[in-house]
Amino acid sequence: MIAAMAVPVPTTLVHLSGVDIAIIVFYFALVLAIGLYLRGRSHTGEDFFMAGREMTAWIAGLSFLSANLGSLELMGWAAAAYQYGILAAHWYWIGAIPAMLFLGIVMMPFYYISKTHSVPGYLKLRFGEPSRALSAVSFALMTVFMSGINMYSMALVLKVVLGWNINFSIWVSSATVAVYVALGGLRSAIFNEVLQFILIWAGAALIPILGLVEAGGWSNLRLQIARNASAEYTHLWSTLGTFKDNPMGIHWTGIVLGLGFIISFGYWTTDFLVVQRVLSAKDLRSAKMAPIIGAAFKMLVPFIVILPGLLGLAVLPMKLTGETAAVATGGHSYNEVLPLMLSRYCGPGLLGLGITALIAGFMSGMAGNVSAFTTVWTYDIYRALIKKNESDAHYVSMGRWCTVLGVLISVGTAYLVMSFASIMDYVQALFSFFIAPLYGTVILGMLWKRATGAGGFWGLLAGTASSIGMWAWVKINPAALRYVALSPNARDMAENMYRALWSWIVCVVVTIIVSYMTKAKNDGELSGLVYGVTAIPQEAAVPIYHRPAFWATVVAVFFVALNILFW
Amino acid sequence: MREGGISIWFFIGVSLLVNGVLIVGAGIREVFVPPANPVVLFNLHANIWWGALLLVFGLVYCVKFLPGRKT
Repeated sequence: MIAAMAVPVPTTLVHLSGVDIAIIVFYFALVLAIGLYLRGRSHTGEDFFMAGREMTAWIAGLSFLSANLGSLELMGWAAAAYQYGILAAHWYWIGAIPAMLFLGIVMMPFYYISKTHSVPGYLKLRFGEPSRALSAVSFALMTVFMSGINMYSMALVLKVVLGWNINFSIWVSSATVAVYVALGGLRSAIFNEVLQFILIWAGAALIPILGLVEAGGWSNLRLQIARNASAEYTHLWSTLGTFKDNPMGIHWTGIVLGLGFIISFGYWTTDFLVVQRVLSAKDLRSAKMAPIIGAAFKMLVPFIVILPGLLGLAVLPMKLTGETAAVATGGHSYNEVLPLMLSRYCGPGLLGLGITALIAGFMSGMAGNVSAFTTVWTYDIYRALIKKNESDAHYVSMGRWCTVLGVLISVGTAYLVMSFASIMDYVQALFSFFIAPLYGTVILGMLWKRATGAGGFWGLLAGTASSIGMWAWVKINPAALRYVALSPNARDMAENMYRALWSWIVCVVVTIIVSYMTKAKNDGELSGLVYGVTAIPQEAAVPIYHRPAFWATVVAVFFVALNILFW
Repeated sequence: MREGGISIWFFIGVSLLVNGVLIVGAGIREVFVPPANPVVLFNLHANIWWGALLLVFGLVYCVKFLPGRKT
């Protein structure tokens, strides 16, 4: 999907009026004002890197979700919905909700009780320095690369939609993010992410509402999609019996095991970009509630992302195509479906709010990457490996400079991607190499006390190496796809799912074998880190509707109902 | 999140209020000066009622989370 966005289309989809420009300018002024205001509240390391650990469940939960609503989320998944139909919603439902609930109920107590600053920090406590160094370096590298890709994608969207100069978009947006994160640290990033979350909804929710009015309701929309595309486009599960019967070329085992069990759990429970927001919660109950609140809103995001893509299939007068065909024919590509729907329904003012929603999405993702990079660099690389015994003020100062440096590296990556579009494919693949094995290492570390430091390190290394190996194997010999993805009919999405599954299995198997060959830590050393030897604080005697487990159950019931409803 | 400081919800209220005023204003102007190329479903005047909704929410949040006010 990222690669598809790499080819610029020299057209301008919408024209902004004065009031639209005023709304966008006001947004930039407000995020900078928030950064300036919070500068005075970021003196210590706990303030700057962990937002003082004083966030309420609502703020941590909305920020947790907003950091994920990044550059490709809004535009990319609306495009995927136009291209693949409602199957794209799997990335919001089975590809997110179970993992978010698992993080809140099962994993959060260990992250929170250990008082770690980061996921690599947890690995240090559980498995030792080598595991932390491996995961910290790979995470820092991938984070700035992904931030650069987000930045480039945003600039490209602004060029295609508004005709804005790419350099102008890159430098204005990156400088804004650098200023407000460097000034206010994680607290400023979180404040702005909550603001951005509200603006995304305010700017994007009108499209599906008006779209459903025009289409004549959901039943009529399904009929129109069946007529214009195929009836398969509105079924979530019933077409996944074989690789050939659905637009995505994927089997239900790939969705359930690869996406639902590995990639989703890996991303939502071990990617520090999102976990950092939850670690900033003011107490354990808030830390457990934050992912549950995030899950509830995550279930609703398809309303503003997937539904506009489906509506595009029904109401747009033109047929959207892939980027290459769009360039060749002068038509519109899948990636333009959201701006096209925006310009279809939104007049002056609403258009500016919609564009602000897109920019807010891009900036929240970028700020999330930069603040996570800053923390991992300062605590898990700089303090752990370079300068161990400096003052707290020294590390805060390093964090501020590192924010600016991280943004500059991201800008450099954005220009690198611009010059070599195919790099996007490789970086996307590189990012996926680390998620699945890291999940294997963390989950074994938390749930199996016999796992040893050597087991954790070699499992993580073997899982990562096997993922890279499988990816290279298919690149060199495309016929290998039948072994990696279990079918020659599998497509890119399916390959990613199965590669994640195999690399997780390799990580877990190697960790178990090496752990049995090496000496385990005693229970006392594992207290606060591993299930079974950690006393989880009992929740206060509160009514049932204040308990995280109750709300997790409510979200789980709605999750199951949605899957049955759109079966 | 607000002890001794401004709540995030106040900032959000300000944002919704200002956007609401600008959008409602643009919508009212379109009633008197209809655009040459109206958007689809222009007759619903979405910018007026959607902008009004943002304005009301913004106003409520601004008042409720006004700095210095006890909630």
